[in-house]
Amino acid sequence: MTFGEVVALYPTDLQIPAGKTTVLIGPSGCGKSTILRLIIGLLQPTNGHVHVAGGGDNLVALRRQMGYVIQDGGLFPHLNARENVLLMPRQLKQDEAAMNRRLTELCNLTHFSMEALERYPVELSGGQRQRVSLMRALALDPDILLLDEPLGALDPMVRASLQRELKEIFANLGKTVVMVTHDMAEAAFLADMIVLLRAGEVVQSGSLDELRDQPAEPYVNEFIDAQRSLVQL
Amino acid sequence: MMLKRFLLIMLFAWQMMPAQDIAIGSKRFTESYVLGEIAARLLSEAGFETTHRQGLGGTVIVWEALKSGSIRMYPDYTGTVQEVILKSDGPVSPAEMRKQLAEFGVGMSEELGFNNTYAIAVRRETAEKFELRRISDLKKQPDLIAGITHETLDRDDGWRAMCRHYGLTMTNVRGLDHAISYAAIADGSIDLMDAYSTDAKLVEYDLVVLDDDLRFFPEYKAVFLYRLDLDPAALAAIRSMEGQIDEKRMIALNAEAERSNDFGRAASLYFTKAGEAPPPETETTFWEKLLGWTLQHLLLVGVSMFFAILIGIPLGIRASRPGKLSQMILGVTGIIQTIPSLALLALLVPVPFMGISATTAIVALFLYSLLPIVRNTAAGLQNIPRPVRESAAAIGLEPFAQLFKVFLPMATRTILAGVKTSAIINVGTATLAALIGAGGLGEPIISGLSLNDSQTILQGAIPAALLAIAVQLLFEGLDRFLIPKGLRLEAENLKSRV
Repeated sequence: MTFGEVVALYPTDLQIPAGKTTVLIGPSGCGKSTILRLIIGLLQPTNGHVHVAGGGDNLVALRRQMGYVIQDGGLFPHLNARENVLLMPRQLKQDEAAMNRRLTELCNLTHFSMEALERYPVELSGGQRQRVSLMRALALDPDILLLDEPLGALDPMVRASLQRELKEIFANLGKTVVMVTHDMAEAAFLADMIVLLRAGEVVQSGSLDELRDQPAEPYVNEFIDAQRSLVQL
Repeated sequence: MMLKRFLLIMLFAWQMMPAQDIAIGSKRFTESYVLGEIAARLLSEAGFETTHRQGLGGTVIVWEALKSGSIRMYPDYTGTVQEVILKSDGPVSPAEMRKQLAEFGVGMSEELGFNNTYAIAVRRETAEKFELRRISDLKKQPDLIAGITHETLDRDDGWRAMCRHYGLTMTNVRGLDHAISYAAIADGSIDLMDAYSTDAKLVEYDLVVLDDDLRFFPEYKAVFLYRLDLDPAALAAIRSMEGQIDEKRMIALNAEAERSNDFGRAASLYFTKAGEAPPPETETTFWEKLLGWTLQHLLLVGVSMFFAILIGIPLGIRASRPGKLSQMILGVTGIIQTIPSLALLALLVPVPFMGISATTAIVALFLYSLLPIVRNTAAGLQNIPRPVRESAAAIGLEPFAQLFKVFLPMATRTILAGVKTSAIINVGTATLAALIGAGGLGEPIISGLSLNDSQTILQGAIPAALLAIAVQLLFEGLDRFLIPKGLRLEAENLKSRV
């Protein structure tokens, strides 16, 4: 994958396990968001291809098998929370009663108050916006959930509680989750598998223990230690 | 639902327009209006339905209208036929004129009885002070300020040719509207002007007409030009005017038109026999006329805006994407906007199926209204933040659904602002439609200009201004209904933070 003359992501045979939570981590510009954007088809690879198990060539159909959450939520400002979540189900002319059941389920899952469903994005707090964004991503009950720094813009208190909620949600749903973060503690807390990237290349992938105990190169330890010392401060 | 109601209103408005029957044209000066009115009355007495398309922009516009059949007849002058229509250098005999006109399918009546030639007029005291009696006398006074009508300045047989013929070296020449020239010469801002020899104002302002001693001006005998396929009974009715109006009578008719501000009333003087009581002052009240003008104006604005929105928004959507085509769309609509509106109207008249009609005016107004709509639609779509744009794609909406469910609703405010700008410009520009006989509130403005009567001008200008304000208020109300609530809350939030 290249942007102009800059290689954003070198060829990689990265495999993402189904039904598990994979966290992509690395410093800014390492290509972790690019991987998500390639998966959901917002970018087309210059070379090679992205294979999604069970997905065909139809980009729109493929996207409906995935949920995508970004840092600021990417909510549609002209629609209220309910309309944001139900936009796709309505577009697919799903049964009204089924949609409402799904909405109640999602509100329970994400701890979002049903009363707040009538509010517009501008009337919601940052945390609430991310909950709505997550509900919107899950509305069609996709197999895959892609999250690009979903908690990046939240204050530490909200962030900590949402981290716990996300862990619970991921465990309940059993979906294939790919999440991007630059926060090692968040990765350690949520991930089944961590993929550490640097300058468009995968440095190492595996569980936190594997990364710590068998680092592929000294950089892996440096990255983990740098983050850990920050956390201890 | 709203669209249906709108179309019904449009349909109703179309039916309000006068029936299309024998259309009579006239040019934009008092005498032409009056002769047109007389013809209309003669035809209706002969049992024909008529429409008087009065005050058309100039010889070219009226002539094109006659050729294309938008009008069936109009009054003109032999000199104009020779110089402007047949573009002949020397004198042409009436028989030769008829032969050449026949090639266009046009016939010419016998003379109506008066010669309304061009004349050069000065104030009486100027004439006495500089001893001016003949045009040749001007050679000694090259510093006098001349106020000359635009058409005469530009015509081959006009001002410049006259100066060459007489060897005049006048340096202070201004282009003026004919009616304004009288006010200008009366208050002394100009010293001499071109006039028509049957102008009632020559008598009213006590001006001296200089003798055309070197026989420069051709004869301008009044005649009617008509299409050869005109109904013979209608032609006979018009030809009853032949030889009936001499200079004195025409000046009286013109004077009556300027006194009463009512061309129809002046025309009825033609039908009044000596000793008979003059007809009642006015037939239609001012309010009825105002209603007619306003409805016609709204029709022009409504139809042209309807199509401008229908075409402008899709063009704007296309222009919001990068590429050469987008630059072309914005470029072309921008260039149209820079063409002076009068020039655009004049350019459209000779186009097939256009002529002098409401259609032509609507096409011109439509073209003018495009740019703000196209530009704002494109800008509104381009300003949608990338995360929102990408989310619309990522959640699996088809491109069309992305546009209609997300992008267009988010651009509503900007698009509406563009439509509002267009509508306000449109209301103002539509006053020019009267120049090509399309009616509207421009009609009193233009006849007021040719009568030099500011009260008549205001009868059109004030309602037009009020209409523009009403349009502005209408759109402010529409904002509430059409801009999605979430976006309005967002805007209020931003305002309260600032």
